[in-house]
Amino acid sequence: MPETGNTGTTVGESALPAPKKKDAVPGLALGLTLLSAGPVVILALLIVVLGFLSPYFLTGRNLGNILAQTAVISVVAMGQHLVILTRGIDLSVGSNLALASVVGALAFHGGAPAFAVIAVMVGCGAAVGAINGLFYVFGRLPHPFIITLATLSIAKGLALQLADGRAIPGMPDSIDALGRDAVWGLPGSVFVVAGVAAVLLVMAKTMVWGRWIYAVGGRPDAALRMGIPVSWVLVSVYVISGLCAGIGAVILAGRTDAGSPLFGNLLELDTIAAVIIGGASFLGGRGHLGHALIGAIMIGVIRNALNLLNVNVFFQLIVIGVVIVIAVESDVLRNYLEGRVRVMQAGRQS
Amino acid sequence: MSAVAANADRAATADQPVLAVRGATKRFGSVLALDDVSIKVRRGEIVGLLGDNGAGKSTLTKCISGVHQLDAGEIALDGAPTQIRSPADARFAGIETVYQDLALFDNLTPGQNFFAGRELARPQWLPRGLRFLQQRRMDAETRVLLANLKVTLPRLDAVVAMMSGGQRQAIAVARSTVFARKVVILDEPTAALGLRESRQVLNLVAALRDQGNAVILITHNMEHVVELADRAVVLRQGRKVGELVPTRENKQELVSMIVGA
Repeated sequence: MPETGNTGTTVGESALPAPKKKDAVPGLALGLTLLSAGPVVILALLIVVLGFLSPYFLTGRNLGNILAQTAVISVVAMGQHLVILTRGIDLSVGSNLALASVVGALAFHGGAPAFAVIAVMVGCGAAVGAINGLFYVFGRLPHPFIITLATLSIAKGLALQLADGRAIPGMPDSIDALGRDAVWGLPGSVFVVAGVAAVLLVMAKTMVWGRWIYAVGGRPDAALRMGIPVSWVLVSVYVISGLCAGIGAVILAGRTDAGSPLFGNLLELDTIAAVIIGGASFLGGRGHLGHALIGAIMIGVIRNALNLLNVNVFFQLIVIGVVIVIAVESDVLRNYLEGRVRVMQAGRQS
Repeated sequence: MSAVAANADRAATADQPVLAVRGATKRFGSVLALDDVSIKVRRGEIVGLLGDNGAGKSTLTKCISGVHQLDAGEIALDGAPTQIRSPADARFAGIETVYQDLALFDNLTPGQNFFAGRELARPQWLPRGLRFLQQRRMDAETRVLLANLKVTLPRLDAVVAMMSGGQRQAIAVARSTVFARKVVILDEPTAALGLRESRQVLNLVAALRDQGNAVILITHNMEHVVELADRAVVLRQGRKVGELVPTRENKQELVSMIVGA
């Protein structure tokens, strides 16, 4: 009896899992590749399906609209992405954008020329980012959640105070031009997004600074022991996140010809959602700028399509929430599969 | 002539310890983790650092590698007292550490791990963080290094997270060989490894010694101590309780020194 039982298992083991074991690692690798390509595939499928559902969706005009509407989220999400790469979070981006737009509008009405208005907005964004980074690092705060939550409130209050609670109409012509069609039917804001993406991509991929961001996000304690200036790397990502919020303020001010303390409501959640939906890891150290852009476009596409299909606005929030859960779960699945690959390789060696 | 002079020179410096720790004392609150410990390590020598859990081995090595600072005592490199205030200071002074937790970046490739914090980049006149990575040069050096150490990895472009325990250990030890100029500290490099993987790591340790480094090896494995270490220093409850040349014959003596029986 025990003999047959034994032979049964040995036969089963040698006949089935053993040949499978060789294929298992490539199989897992394929799964990992699919997972990392997931957001792009889903976006492509989404576009195809929506093209069938709504005749208006794939028109050039509508696609241009989507890009224009997602320009702000895209640009701010790229900054948020750098912060998330270092295991952080920047909750202040929306209020920061509002404050920057108000300060810019006030500067314009104070007689500042267009370039100065832009500089004021971007500088204001970067300054709030610097405050976030410096307090987080040198104030020895346990998590950036706290300081960016505080600046979310402070920047919003300042913006409302400065603007007396109302939008301030009027922006220089050259800023307004960003909202109008520029080339090939695309609004100027799209080129701003492309420019920012190009600069950040070069910095993140080819400069030592970029490598340090990934190292700090991957293992902060090890980064310190390897002599990487962790404090300054952290401060820098918050400055850049704030700077991106300032650029977002310029784009939004251009589209609406105004600065307003009500700009950027819930933008922090949109940008975090974009980064996560795009496929970057919330655990830090994983992801690239493309993830932030794809996520931002996906959010734009979902919103636009639900509008075209006459779906209730409230339902959009539910859909985006569901997509976030799917994205985070696939990140968990990816980590699990990587663990499996490691176990298999250890098994092969011995 | 010059060869003789060089030999004489080497003989003169061979006696001079590369690393000398004198009267090291370290407290954590009311716990005396290190109590007046002195050790010396010479060029091309492996010193086994032995002791039970909590004996002070890790504290001592962390003081040498800049993670902790000594409360009293001094650390001298090549005879000169040296202040080591941070891990970066230690690395700059030529001290490399292979930590027990490896301190590898799971999200980076082996080559990126080797050069983390010391990336090859240019132009030199820019601040370090703003220089441009010389990725191809780093990749090439990584390949040469791994070939020299006879470490084989499945893929050099895959992140370290995907590699086995032995491969990760080999990467961590190999990383220290890239930059080690004076002292290498290895904290239980073979813990949790299989027989064959341990062998590979021990070969790397021997290679570190043959490069002329002073090596401090923390381990619980007496076989490895007897095989590799030129001297063994035993700590117990923060004090140095013995130092001898480990052989098969005095293995038992070492063990009783460690447990204090």
